[in-house]
Amino acid sequence: MTGLRCCASAGCLARGSGALMGVLETAISRGELGDQIQLRPVGCLGPCSQGPLLALDPDGDLYAGVDPQDAETLVAALARRLHQSSDQATPLEWAPARGERLDLRAPFFQRQRRIVLEHCGLIDPTDLEQAIAVGAYGQLERVLQSWSPEQVVTELQRSGLRGRGGAGYPTGLKWATVARMPGARKVVVCNADEGDPGAFMDRAVLEGDPHRVLEGMAIAAYAVGADHGFIYIRAEYELAIERLRLAIEQAVDRGRLGAALFGTGFGFTLELRVGAGAYVCGEETALIASIEGKRGTPRPRPPYPAELGVGGRPTLINNVETFANVAPILREGADWFAAIGTAGSSGTKVFSLTGHVRRGGLVEVPMGTSLATVVLEMGEGSPHGSAVKAVQTGGPSGGCVPADRLDTRLDYESLQSLGTIMGSGGMVVLDQNTDMVALAAYFMAFCREESCGKCVPCRAGTVQLHGLLEKILAGQASQADLDQLETLGAMVMDTSLCGLGQSAPKPMLSTLRYFRGDYLARLGAP
Amino acid sequence: MSVRTLRIDGRDVASADGATVLEAARVAGVAIPTLCHLEGLSPVAACRLCLVEIEGSPKLQPACITPVSEGLVVHTATPRLREIRRTVIELLFTEGNHVCSVCVANGHCELQDRAVEVGMDHARLPYRFPDRPVDLSHPRFGLDHNRCILCSRCVRVCDEVEGAHVWDVAWRGEHCRIIAGLDQPWGSVDACTDCGKCVMVCPTGALFHKGDSEGEKHEDPSRLAALQRARHARQEAP
Repeated sequence: MTGLRCCASAGCLARGSGALMGVLETAISRGELGDQIQLRPVGCLGPCSQGPLLALDPDGDLYAGVDPQDAETLVAALARRLHQSSDQATPLEWAPARGERLDLRAPFFQRQRRIVLEHCGLIDPTDLEQAIAVGAYGQLERVLQSWSPEQVVTELQRSGLRGRGGAGYPTGLKWATVARMPGARKVVVCNADEGDPGAFMDRAVLEGDPHRVLEGMAIAAYAVGADHGFIYIRAEYELAIERLRLAIEQAVDRGRLGAALFGTGFGFTLELRVGAGAYVCGEETALIASIEGKRGTPRPRPPYPAELGVGGRPTLINNVETFANVAPILREGADWFAAIGTAGSSGTKVFSLTGHVRRGGLVEVPMGTSLATVVLEMGEGSPHGSAVKAVQTGGPSGGCVPADRLDTRLDYESLQSLGTIMGSGGMVVLDQNTDMVALAAYFMAFCREESCGKCVPCRAGTVQLHGLLEKILAGQASQADLDQLETLGAMVMDTSLCGLGQSAPKPMLSTLRYFRGDYLARLGAP
Repeated sequence: MSVRTLRIDGRDVASADGATVLEAARVAGVAIPTLCHLEGLSPVAACRLCLVEIEGSPKLQPACITPVSEGLVVHTATPRLREIRRTVIELLFTEGNHVCSVCVANGHCELQDRAVEVGMDHARLPYRFPDRPVDLSHPRFGLDHNRCILCSRCVRVCDEVEGAHVWDVAWRGEHCRIIAGLDQPWGSVDACTDCGKCVMVCPTGALFHKGDSEGEKHEDPSRLAALQRARHARQEAP
């Protein structure tokens, strides 16, 4: 059977894939081909910058830039092929008018290793049966019926999985800590408050394969002894929220969530909590406060959420991508997972490749892949003969890797040694025309705006730092201002209460480290 | 009561288990500056003045919430900490409109005292001169946002001691502001019991008695401690 998979994630929808699906459906039904061509909406297909994307089965071809006007010719070509031969291996004589058939041998596809995204782009995210057909909730069932919670925790520890939210804390260790905490009513929280500028990995996972995250959470709940969970998601992710709501409803109806799962005594209920537009609520203690209905401000740690979390209960908080890794680890085994990536950073990482890059989108590569591979090979470098100047990773908490260090491998430690962080996976490519001072000022303005205002260094310090950067941009700053910028930046990092303030000066300090010339060229005053 | 022995600025200090580094230091006569902290209210560790260095810990720790432990080695007055404290005070002075000469709390102001202690004789950072309102809608008290340092003592005392929860912090970052009720004029908030505890604990001249003139406001946070001791004693009594 011929299949058409049309990307129905936010990026392609914004480029018109919704209209495309509408006219495709009309064309298919008009040609009475409904039983021969199956059209389905799927999650992210990868090269978002070339959307709307459409995949053709069983050929496996991927078409980019498909307009609604292309629907008629496509269905006609499919009808011709169906009519002419029963052999579907005949290549389809068709191309979108303004788009193209993508060469799947390109590094963008060949260099990927899709584990988190293995079913993203294959299944209809609104159809639980399709998810179950490719194995969703299979690991939950197996674990509940034949594993002890301790075995699950041990397996996670052996896999070497580290938190994908950015800090890279060993996931198995976190699970073990929560599991050891006394108390019968523990809580599992999924942090889906993805807010770094240029980051859309978690959104793609939630929009494309929501059941995988729910399954990961349920397995985590079994492992740590929790009976209730929350998904905390930012309000801006309307489509992801809609699909999560539907997914939770379907999972409850089919007995994948709720009481007495798979005939065991284990039950797990799940609630969705929608944020109210505060970036700081991605910080775990602020997130907990927000779930509790309080003002979303961080508090000092310790006590960590593992000890004192939602409603005072021991709480496990992991990021979307972390939970999405759980089912494949249990399915294929910890050794399999640990063999992927590097010794200290196992598995794969999903990155959203954006900025001054020819081919942007969602990529999943093994840890330890070099930045050059991702940016220059897969992303094909900067457009219009321009050269890459730097790559920004980790958003407002991260920093820049200069072009001459693109041989750096993508693992937690290598990036840290360069003064940036892995972060949640935002990767913004900057070309030679980028003003690094303006970039630093942009991120400082972001932190100034998103500071919760609780502690003095972050609330007032980011304002002063932003003022100094603006002064440099205006060409009115002196060397003394630059010195003050660095001193105050270090003070804000050292003294702020939470991660937001502690890392707010990082983009600035990182650009000062590698592109000091950009700053010095701006100094006007004597 | 078990005892923990720690070292603060080279002095051996014995402290009750469960005490904070700040409490241990005060008992030992080591002064650590604070602003948001107030005995009797829950700690928030927000002003960052009481940050101390603890040997073996890469991060600075707020003394007001860090529990004592056996063998802890604490430094409270290193050049790095002095510089941090001065900068914190500078950040507070430059973000509001603190004009001591016309302030009701002049001479009895904790912010002013801290500035003197840390040696902040001038601000190296530019003053921002924000445009902030004054709320004089309450019959007995006033709130001058120009002098507010967002320590949240008023929020906590009203919630934790008076039980009225009139005050809250609204907005975020530099736009943070103490609000009464649901951002109403203070005088129109029915929940307010007119007890004046918020005025009593305010470290600056932001909350004041109407009629107070320059230098006439005497904040008296020790009354809070006395009140709580009295309540506690009464609860304990048969």
